[in-house]
Amino acid sequence: METRRTFLRTALATAATATLGESALGATSRIPSPDRTGVLIDLTACIGCRSCEKACSKAHNLPTLASPPQADANSSLPRRRPDAHALTVVNEFKEANGSRPSTFVKVQCMHCDYPACESACIVGAIKKQESGPVLWDSDMCIGCRYCMVACPFQIPSFQYDTALKPDIVKCDMCINRTKDSGIPACVEICPVEALTYGRRSTLIEVAKKKIENYPERYRNHLYGELEAGGTSVLYLANADFNDLKFPALRRDPMPGTVESIQHGIFAYFVPPLSLYSILGGLMWINKNSKKKSEEETIE
Amino acid sequence: MSTLTAPAPITKRYFTPGVIVLVILALNGIAFVLGRLFFGIGAVTNLSDQFPWGLWIGVDVAAGVALAAGGFTSAAIGHVMHREDYHVIIRTALLTAMLGYTFVAFGVMIDIGRWYYIWHPLLMWNGNSALFEVGMCVMIYMTVLYIEFLPIVTERFIGRVNLKGVFAALNQPIDSLLRLLDRTLGKTMFLFIIAGIVLSTLHQSSLGTLMIIAGPKMHPLWQTPILPLLFLLSAVAVGFPMIIFESILASRTFGLKPEMHVLSKLGTMIAPLLGVYLAFKLGDMVIRETFVYLLEPTTESIMFTIEIVAGVIVPLRMFLSPAVVRSPLWLFVASSLVILGVLLNRINNFIVAYTPPFATASYFPSFGEISVTVGFAALLVLIYRVCVKVFPVISLEQGHVRPVTKYSIRGSAK
Repeated sequence: METRRTFLRTALATAATATLGESALGATSRIPSPDRTGVLIDLTACIGCRSCEKACSKAHNLPTLASPPQADANSSLPRRRPDAHALTVVNEFKEANGSRPSTFVKVQCMHCDYPACESACIVGAIKKQESGPVLWDSDMCIGCRYCMVACPFQIPSFQYDTALKPDIVKCDMCINRTKDSGIPACVEICPVEALTYGRRSTLIEVAKKKIENYPERYRNHLYGELEAGGTSVLYLANADFNDLKFPALRRDPMPGTVESIQHGIFAYFVPPLSLYSILGGLMWINKNSKKKSEEETIE
Repeated sequence: MSTLTAPAPITKRYFTPGVIVLVILALNGIAFVLGRLFFGIGAVTNLSDQFPWGLWIGVDVAAGVALAAGGFTSAAIGHVMHREDYHVIIRTALLTAMLGYTFVAFGVMIDIGRWYYIWHPLLMWNGNSALFEVGMCVMIYMTVLYIEFLPIVTERFIGRVNLKGVFAALNQPIDSLLRLLDRTLGKTMFLFIIAGIVLSTLHQSSLGTLMIIAGPKMHPLWQTPILPLLFLLSAVAVGFPMIIFESILASRTFGLKPEMHVLSKLGTMIAPLLGVYLAFKLGDMVIRETFVYLLEPTTESIMFTIEIVAGVIVPLRMFLSPAVVRSPLWLFVASSLVILGVLLNRINNFIVAYTPPFATASYFPSFGEISVTVGFAALLVLIYRVCVKVFPVISLEQGHVRPVTKYSIRGSAK
């Protein structure tokens, strides 16, 4: 099913590219590599130990803060979000009636297949890699924070307290480890193997099998398979994803509408150039008619 | 034809009590700009990971660009439609647009984290990004505005370059340069004027495209695929009110008679423009059935109602009345309402409508952010006053019949 969909998308996109040319299409027409990797997060396994948070900070040379209070054991504390000091955080979601154990939700960049941040970035500093991660290039970034406006998961963070060269900070799927055939720090450290790193297509197969084999353990919803056109990070859970504060997103890629508008306005510069010619023509006609009427009055 | 008026430098004194207040406001703003440069954006603003854009983008940039729309609307009517009677307002509109865009650029510079990389979009292109298009168009258009202003500089200084001392030797070369510029620009200016209009329509609309990518993070009252069209139509509608507002204000502070014969004519054109904008705005609301949100008394629904009623419907009705259009006071009031309406619309689109999913508190601009925005506006007025004293921008009644010079139509065909 997945391969057929990928094939169809590939065929359509290739045909479109052939007829319209690459420039007329946005990033949403790009075919993600079938070998791209991702992380499957099984929330039914997570025990909320948060060793992934520490391992992540260590791997990214961020200060490992003395463990902040268990954020949501007490519901009066605000839920934590990834920020400039922590690329991933785990929040607890208690069952209202206590009938089931709490669900712990790890939050980090979803590494979308069609990232809104990549489409939005004014200089193209954010790029979806063939291998899966969505990476940010410090040498290009101007710090406009449009990626933060665009991200449907509200993930990119900004170093507001840095005067010179503030960074956009977000999970990079441990690119420095995976490029040497390592695995992300959070995946490696997880004591209950709630996290699985691998080819996204394989992860989807694994997840589907889990849902099939343990229907009482999992909701029949693999979050990230289709949301916003698909993400490299996938979630399995026992609870409704809306209750776990996952944004409810449609299946089409986030940048779709904007890119069709942008590429419509700028289709080979035809609309702007036509407007230019029309205005030029009007100017010429008006000028000449004015001249003519003046000449007539003189006569 | 009123050949009795011609642009000339203003001779009134520069400092008045009001100007001194503006100087204080400007200095206060500059202090906070320095604070931002030395201690980071977080030290001065209330921006956060949830609210990455605030007052500076909403007002200094988005509203700033919209309110500088007088530049391209007046160019369209004066040069493209070739209506010479409007030429008295073209120079003031041009100066306002030029300074407006300059301050938009300043606003962008202090808002982006790495201001010294502002040139990056020139080399690093992302054609998918609406912001890239806005950035490029604004940069090019600003250059075009400065080029359109050049003939006013040459007119002022040809034959009057008079440097003293060691620089005296430069007088002749500078004068020749000015004359060369004047000759070249006189023949090519129409290219720049049309380019200016095209660039304006492009980036005025693309400013609206900016927020579409925020998707569900933007309140449905404003989030619509026709945002670029709405931004363009509202910018076109606010162009003439801005010229009227600025012209009446300038004539008042400089003790001149307002150019009512032109301003009234501009006034009669505003109602249809506002009408088109309103039709699209309401039509969009009906088609997407977003009026249901108006029944809930939320900040969003209240702000939307104020924006539409006070900013569009009331001034639209006012501009339909001949009595309003003839009276400088009422013309000023109605124009101010349109300006406030567009200002509010941009604030609504970029700040009020933006509701990030994980925000624990809402955003309100800090004292520092407001200081910078007010300070930049004050600085703009101060520089405007310098410009009209140095350059022949504002049309004055001449004591004698002045020959129609080749400069009377800025650069366009003669």
